[in-house]
Amino acid sequence: MSGTMNIKLKVWRQAGPKAPGKFEEYTATEVSPESSFLEMLDVVNEKLVLEGKDPIAFDHDCREGICGMCGMMINGVAHGPSKLTTTCQLHMRSFKDGDSITLEPWRAKAFPVIRDLVVDRSPLDRIIQAGGFISVATGSPQDANALPISKMDADEAMDAAACIGCGACVAACPNASVSLFTAAKISHLGLLPQGQPERYRRALSMVAQMDLEGFGGCTLFGECMAACPKGISIDFIKRMNGDYIWGAITEKPEKVTLGSG
Amino acid sequence: MLKFWDSSVGKKVVMGLTGLILVGFVIGHMAGNLQIFLGMERYNAYAKLLQEDLIEVTWAVRVVLFVSVVLHALSAWQLTRRSWAARPVEYDMREAQVSTYASRTMRWGGVFLFVFIVLHIGQFTLGWKWLLPEFARGAAYGNVVLAFERPLWVAFYLVAMFFLLLHLFHGTWAVLRTLGLARNAAEPLQRRVPLIIAIVVTVGFSLVPLGVALGIVR
Repeated sequence: MSGTMNIKLKVWRQAGPKAPGKFEEYTATEVSPESSFLEMLDVVNEKLVLEGKDPIAFDHDCREGICGMCGMMINGVAHGPSKLTTTCQLHMRSFKDGDSITLEPWRAKAFPVIRDLVVDRSPLDRIIQAGGFISVATGSPQDANALPISKMDADEAMDAAACIGCGACVAACPNASVSLFTAAKISHLGLLPQGQPERYRRALSMVAQMDLEGFGGCTLFGECMAACPKGISIDFIKRMNGDYIWGAITEKPEKVTLGSG
Repeated sequence: MLKFWDSSVGKKVVMGLTGLILVGFVIGHMAGNLQIFLGMERYNAYAKLLQEDLIEVTWAVRVVLFVSVVLHALSAWQLTRRSWAARPVEYDMREAQVSTYASRTMRWGGVFLFVFIVLHIGQFTLGWKWLLPEFARGAAYGNVVLAFERPLWVAFYLVAMFFLLLHLFHGTWAVLRTLGLARNAAEPLQRRVPLIIAIVVTVGFSLVPLGVALGIVR
């Protein structure tokens, strides 16, 4: 077949969270440049299954670049060499015949390896639970025009809301900091009127949670922004810091009421 | 207050605020030093002003600077420990994409600058004989000339100033983001004003040892 490639793979294999891991080498043969990166791994896995071996475990779901499920370190770059691209939307045309590719899971204390390239990203969910919501009385939605929002604020909120929670920011950060994710989740609410009442409390709670999960702190390397498949700006981290500082100055301690409830 | 200090953002804010104080100081210190090019009389008069006439003010400034350096280093140290703990298993391969050399040398460069500051104070303020055997109290101009007639000291100071350049280049840019003050930017990683500040301070400081080494100041 013309135009197919052979790729050498060096893959992190780890049987479970407590098991020791190590690199194993594989060869992906007759890879079409048109295939996606995950399709290439699918083919490798089919071969492994036929040989009676364990397939390489990796996370994936929509394979359309929108769900945030996939992600791995590809030659030392989160989500691989294509900018603004998730692993599933990376295609083998980004590589050459004979290339060696090293695959590693996101590495962070807060993201323990479940198996091979799959990590547990539930700390991200807990950061959201700590304050990434608005408390409103639900009911029938009001008229869309009842809350005027400037185009600029709406656009900026949408830029932050583009975060799919893949964890690439943590993976790429030399400090394993989750600041970009947390900042995006704080900002997409804090920029809109509905998010104002809890804006500063939200920043305090979510920052406290990200520290609790054992992520590192932000030193503004900027690596997260380069790795983010949605191009989320570190300007949101600045916004998070501002909200946090203002919250620390102004927020009253939460009232705890005892009794039946 | 304790909660604030416990949080990673809080510690970074402390680092930023103390950093701003220190940036302010190095700019003033640099400008003051340049008076050495106005001659011995002027320079020694400036030293006398700081060390005798305005000694109360000098002490107040010293206390503020000492507290700033301690808090700056302490928060940096604690945050570094947290960062190291946050990734117990290192990558086999991780390629830096956009981070600058300056940002990656903040920690060890900072440690070097700390050592430099201790030696520098020992040499020119406390008069440690092993650093400058000919040190004479009150003869600020002569002390500077005697020190920088030794090429090793010139080299050491120039290396320190290079790390100061890197430290200021990242620090003055990052501080506005840490404090939530910077404006949104299309290219948030671009840093023109920090580059100017870093170069002006570094060149200003470096002129003194270079001036002596080149025989302009003697």
